[in-house]
Amino acid sequence: MYRYDPIDRELLAQRTEQFRDQTQRFLAGELTEEEFRQLRLRNGLYQQRHAPMLRISVPYGLLGSAQLRRMAQVVRRYDRGYGHFTTRQNIQLNWPQLPEVPELLAELAEVQLHSIQACGNDTRNITCDYLAGVAEDEHVDPRPYCELLRQFVALHPEFYWLPRKFKFGFTGAAADRAATRTNDAAVHVLRRDDAIGYRFFVGGGLGRLPMLGQEMNAFVPESDLLSYATAILRTFNRFGRRDNIHKARIKIVLREWGIERFRAAIEEEYAKIRASAEGEQLRLLPQDIERMRGHFAAPPYRPSGEAAADLPAQAARDGRFAAWLKRNVRAHKVPGYRVVFVPLKAPGQAPGDCTAEQFEALAELCEAYSFGELRSTYEQNLVLADVAERDLHELWERLDAAGLATPNIGLTTDLVACPGLDFCSLANAGTIGLVHDIYRRFDSLEAQYEIGPIRITMSGCMNGCGHHSVGHIGILGVDKHGEEWYQVTLGGSAGHDAAIGERVGRALAREEIADGVERLIRAYLELRCEEDETFIECYRRIGLAPFKARLYETEEDSEAAAA
Amino acid sequence: MSRIIRQRAIVEDDWTLAPDGAAHMGAAGRLIVPLARWRAERAALETAPAVGVLLPNTEDVEAVYPEIAERPLIALQFPTFADGRALTQAILLRNRLGFTGELRALGDVVRDLVFWLGRCGFDAIAPRGDQDPQACLQALDEIRTAYQPAADGHAPAWVRRRSCAANARPAVGA
Repeated sequence: MYRYDPIDRELLAQRTEQFRDQTQRFLAGELTEEEFRQLRLRNGLYQQRHAPMLRISVPYGLLGSAQLRRMAQVVRRYDRGYGHFTTRQNIQLNWPQLPEVPELLAELAEVQLHSIQACGNDTRNITCDYLAGVAEDEHVDPRPYCELLRQFVALHPEFYWLPRKFKFGFTGAAADRAATRTNDAAVHVLRRDDAIGYRFFVGGGLGRLPMLGQEMNAFVPESDLLSYATAILRTFNRFGRRDNIHKARIKIVLREWGIERFRAAIEEEYAKIRASAEGEQLRLLPQDIERMRGHFAAPPYRPSGEAAADLPAQAARDGRFAAWLKRNVRAHKVPGYRVVFVPLKAPGQAPGDCTAEQFEALAELCEAYSFGELRSTYEQNLVLADVAERDLHELWERLDAAGLATPNIGLTTDLVACPGLDFCSLANAGTIGLVHDIYRRFDSLEAQYEIGPIRITMSGCMNGCGHHSVGHIGILGVDKHGEEWYQVTLGGSAGHDAAIGERVGRALAREEIADGVERLIRAYLELRCEEDETFIECYRRIGLAPFKARLYETEEDSEAAAA
Repeated sequence: MSRIIRQRAIVEDDWTLAPDGAAHMGAAGRLIVPLARWRAERAALETAPAVGVLLPNTEDVEAVYPEIAERPLIALQFPTFADGRALTQAILLRNRLGFTGELRALGDVVRDLVFWLGRCGFDAIAPRGDQDPQACLQALDEIRTAYQPAADGHAPAWVRRRSCAANARPAVGA
């Protein structure tokens, strides 16, 4: 992973002191609420229902064991013993006290963690394919480019006060595992002939008006990553609306201008940058990229003969291990190695929650079995990306002991959800209680295996942090006269076949929603044409109507129909 | 006269903001006039000893530059400190258009904006009335390390690392 040099360390130390000073001035009454709000957001601090929420950036979802240990220490000292992984691969703390946050950030800075631009109207943490470097379908490892861009946009003076937040998502593979087109800009790193370049999409975003990014440029040369990013951000800074917070994302400029005018503006700015001294300065040389690539070099894999194991034989001896192997373990590009998913979806916990003990256990496990590194995923799970087959059984036993081996990856109970009304001051409705309802209903693994791959996503308000609009089944909490209601969308997808879900119809009450989800799933089981047609494939084949009919069918209706 | 920061020093402001013709054009008249007034009264204003132009932050600086390129001062506006449009205007004026006169920040200019102004090429900063000029001056150096180039001469981190790597390599035959 990327290792800080003196430039990185100096910059982060100075930034930490800058925020300490700002916090002290606020607490001393020298800054107004509004002035401090703008400053604290740019340091990851939201005001939440109970306390400030601190969002800690996990650049492109990559964490090292020292960082995990420090997280354990920090959540014990400054929070209530747990942190929460988000759909943007970050970690949030729900209970820090403002006067202590500067010290908390100083402790994080010692292990290369920070909250720079974790919230606020600026360029946010960059997300990335969590299988970067190990996926069989990868064209180019995107992480060196993520880090080059991370540094470029960190404290960028021209783009620190944007009209609204701006998110980048990267992938370098055929499959999109980072929901990239839900970002303001998606960067797909690819090869054309012998050259590396980037396919840029711009204008994606969830929230009130969910949109997928549109292609801006099919192949920006490798050396021009920073120039093209500058052209996009400069266009946004100049023309993004500042009169209405709900219309301030770059997707609104795209929608109001139309794709042709929008693309022409970005391409014109890019051409001007390229032709000027600015473009010369921003141009990456092969040595810059090579140096960065060195930070993400492949770990010292053992020869396949030493790493491999007779997994079918082990699986035959132990059914629980077999289930875990099938559900939570994926292929690796290196023979003898596998990718292990660690679900953060145990019964009774909010999706993405991770306790201090689990942070510590994960630090030990990634050191013992995965070269000391761990990744966080878009789906609020974790990944040990480089596990030798020979170690799998032992790792499984240890994960199981830590409550981190539920074999449900990609299944019904692998739910994605924001923290909802229980924590967030923006939310209209709770999510965690609902997660538990659905969890209880589909707790049987056999039932989940029968249902197969499905993505249920849930947001407590239309800001959409739980990505409801790209869930196969999406659930959105709405407020109706002070009561919690839920709208259902169907057919969304965050993958390479990305799509925004369709709203089915009227909202359901809190006590109806788990039944509704169950009816949708039963409908799918009855309507699928063969056993391996997945929920989303079935939906695309038969459309909304049959599901809609079942969602609003009451129990009396179904009893009458059965009679 | 109010105190401003110019070229990293606190000085008495010797310019007068003159939104319309009512403002006094004294003998020492160094005037900052809005772009609209500059366009309307250019012939008369050109006889004044010094006239700078104030641009709205929605103005396309590249399009307007031929009209103001000779001005000794261009002032840019911050309606609120969190509205960063003038930062792009400043970068373009300095880096693309080559403006070398005084570039001044006006409006809701608070101490916590000053560092960003300095990096984007503002050499004159008129702090909001309640701000302490001394604190603002110090804020220019709040962060002294930069990853990216702007308009303050910082070499980008990736360029600095090129020479670090060259230096770190042992000399041949040493």
